[in-house]
Amino acid sequence: MTELTKHQPTTIYIKPSTGIAALNLGDLWTYRELVFFMIWRDIKVRYKQTMLGAAWAVIQPVMMMLVFTFIFGTVAKLPTDGDIPYPIFSYTALLPWGLFVGALNQASRSLTTNQNMITKIYFPRLILPLSSVLAGLVDFAIASIILIGLMFYYKVTPAWNILWTLPLFLLLAIITALGVALWLSAINVKYRDVNYVLPFLTQFWQFATPVGYSATIISQKWQLLYSLNPMAGVVNGFRWALLGVGNGPDTALWISIGISMLVLISGLFYFRSMERTFADTI
Amino acid sequence: MATAISVKNLGKQYRIGASQTKFQYGMLRDVLMDTVTAPVRWAKSLTGRSRRPQLDSAQNYIWALNDVSFDLEEGRVLGIVGRNGAGKSTLLKVLSRVTEPTKGTVTVRGRVGSLLEVGTGFHPELTGRENIYLNGAVLGMKRTEIDSKFDEIVDFSEVSQFIDTPVKRYSSGMYLRLAFAVAAHLEPEILVVDEVLAVGDAEFQRKCLGKMGDVAQQGRTVLFVSHNMSAILRLTQEAIVLKKGQLIKRAPSPEAVDFYLSSGQAETGERIWQNEEVPVNAAPFKPVAIRIKDKTGKIVDTVRSTEPTTVEWEYQLDAPVTGLRVGMYLNTMRGEYVFTAFDTDDAQQYEQFGARQAGRYISCCEIPADFFNEGRYYLGVNASSFGVRRYFMDENAISFNVDIAGAPGTQWPEMRQGPIRPRLNWKIEKLD
Repeated sequence: MTELTKHQPTTIYIKPSTGIAALNLGDLWTYRELVFFMIWRDIKVRYKQTMLGAAWAVIQPVMMMLVFTFIFGTVAKLPTDGDIPYPIFSYTALLPWGLFVGALNQASRSLTTNQNMITKIYFPRLILPLSSVLAGLVDFAIASIILIGLMFYYKVTPAWNILWTLPLFLLLAIITALGVALWLSAINVKYRDVNYVLPFLTQFWQFATPVGYSATIISQKWQLLYSLNPMAGVVNGFRWALLGVGNGPDTALWISIGISMLVLISGLFYFRSMERTFADTI
Repeated sequence: MATAISVKNLGKQYRIGASQTKFQYGMLRDVLMDTVTAPVRWAKSLTGRSRRPQLDSAQNYIWALNDVSFDLEEGRVLGIVGRNGAGKSTLLKVLSRVTEPTKGTVTVRGRVGSLLEVGTGFHPELTGRENIYLNGAVLGMKRTEIDSKFDEIVDFSEVSQFIDTPVKRYSSGMYLRLAFAVAAHLEPEILVVDEVLAVGDAEFQRKCLGKMGDVAQQGRTVLFVSHNMSAILRLTQEAIVLKKGQLIKRAPSPEAVDFYLSSGQAETGERIWQNEEVPVNAAPFKPVAIRIKDKTGKIVDTVRSTEPTTVEWEYQLDAPVTGLRVGMYLNTMRGEYVFTAFDTDDAQQYEQFGARQAGRYISCCEIPADFFNEGRYYLGVNASSFGVRRYFMDENAISFNVDIAGAPGTQWPEMRQGPIRPRLNWKIEKLD
C-alpha cells in the first residue's frame, strides 16, 4: 500500500501501431536495469558446468592463432605487414573477430532462445539482442590478456593514441554485430532458416575479412569493394592501433562506418516494425 | 474513483490453419512452383506486407477478440468467464502488452502484473538468489525494490536453505514456490490472474487465490479469469462473459455466472468440438463429442433424477497412447466438485485399455438413478497419462439440467441442500 502512494502510476496507451514504428528508445532507458541483468545472466551461465570455465574465452582464439600461424605463416608463407611475427599479427585480428562472431551468433538466436519471456511478458524486445552483444565484451576482455602477454613477448609498444582509437574500433565492431543481429534475430522469429545461414555467413565473412592474412595483399582495384565490409575496417584498425602497421583512418574506414551505421539504423527500424508480431509468430 | 482500465472496441485477429491449405492437391508441379516462388514470398513477408489480412483470404483469420469495450474503476475485482477459445487469455495478453491489438485502444493506468508469469526468465543454472534478482528485473522491479523485499520473498518461498543452490536442483514444488514468491511481491497497480493457465497443485492454486484476495483488499485492481464459478462468485463483485471474442454480458457476478451457465453452454445435450477448438498440443488426442443420454438412449439436455443417465465421450487417437485415462469432473453450477472419475479407474480395465491403438473410441459410463439433486450441473473432461502428460482438458465441456420429479422428498415443495439426492434405505423402528 505504501508503495502505491509513493509513485504516481503511469498511464499506458495500447493501440495497434501503424506505418513505420517509432524507435521508442526511451523505453529502453526505463528498462536499463533489465539490460544489466540480462548481460549479467549471459555471463554467469556462459561457462556453467564446463571444466575449464572462462579459460575457453582464451583457448579458442589461442588455438585459432596457432592454426593460422601454422597454415598461413609457416606453410603458405603469407607476408605480414612490416615483419610483424605471425602469432601477434593474427591474434590482433582474432580478438575483434571473435567478439564479432560470438556476439552475432548469440544475438541472432536471442529471441528464439528466450521465447518464453516474449510470449509471457512485456519488455522492450531490443534488450535481448543488445544484451547478448554486450555480454561478449567480457570474453573479449579475458582474451585481451593474452594479447598483452604477446606484446610483451614480441616487444611491441603501441602508440599512446590506442587509448581512444582502440575503443572506437571496438565500438565499430559492436555496432556492426548489433546491426546485423537485429535483422537476423527478427527474421529468425518467423524463419528458423537463420540458424542454418549463420555458420555459413560467418565463415564466408571471415574470408572477406583480413583475419588470417594482410589486407595489403588485396589489389588496389578491389580495395573500395573491400572497404564495404565494416569488419575489414575494424581488423585493419586494430592492427594499425596496436602494431602500428597498415593505414590509419582513411576514406575506407569512413565507408565502413557509414555501412555499419546504415545496417544498425535499418536494423533498428526493421526490428521495431516486426516486434509487434513477435509474440504471435515465435 | 479513477478509471484503471479503459478498453475501447478492442479487436485481435489471428491467422489460423494457413498451412493446412497448402499442397492440398499434392501435385509435383505445385510443390516445385511453391519452392521456386518461396524466396519471393519470403522477401515480401519480411517487409510485413503479405501479413496484412486484406491480402489473404478472410477465412484464414479468426477474430480472437472482436469489438470488446469496457471500463474498470480502480480497486475493483472483475471476473472474466467464457469457454475455451472465447478470448479470455487473448484479452489478458493484450492488456499486459505481450501482443498488440489489431484494432481498438486500451488505456491502462499503472503497472500490470500477472500471476501467470511465474518463473519467466528463470535460468536453471543460476541459484535461487540470482534468479530472484533476475526474475524481479524481468517483471519490472527496480533493484532497490528487490533488495528491500528480498528477505520477505525468501521467507514466503520457504526455500531459504537452498537459496544458493542452482534452481535446476530444486524439486518442481520448490521451483514454483520461489517463482510465485517473486511474482507475488511485485505489487502491481493492476493484477491479472489467469487460473486456467496456473500450474501446480491445489495448494499452490489456493495460494494464488489467497494472494489475489489480499491484493483486492489493498484496493488494487484485479482481473480474474477462471472456470471455477465458486471462485468467481467468492472473489469478484462483477464479471464479464466472453463468447467467441465478444463481450456478451457484464453484470454483478451472481447474475453473470447464472447467465453464463444457462445460456453460454450447449443446450442440446451434445457438444461437438470443432477443429479450431482443439489446441494443437493435444495431439495425438482429439476430442470429437460428448453426449448426455437418458435411459432410452436419447440425447437430452434435461435428465431425470430418478433414472440413470449415460455420459458418452467420443474421441480420436491419431497415434497409439499408453497409460491413457479419459475421464470427467462433475461440478455443480456453483463450482463445487461432485466427483472425478476416469474410464480406467478399474484395475482390470486399465490392464486392458491402458495402452490404446490409434483409432476412434467412445468412453461411456452410466451415472445411476437417484443420484442428482435438482439444478444445473456441468461436466469437465480430461484425457491424460498419469504423471506423463495431460493431453486435453476442458473444465466446462457441457452442462445439463436435472429434473427431480419423483425423487425422494419431492412431496415437500422445498429446496434440499447438497448436490446429490440419494434414495436412502430408511428404516424406522419403534423401540418401545
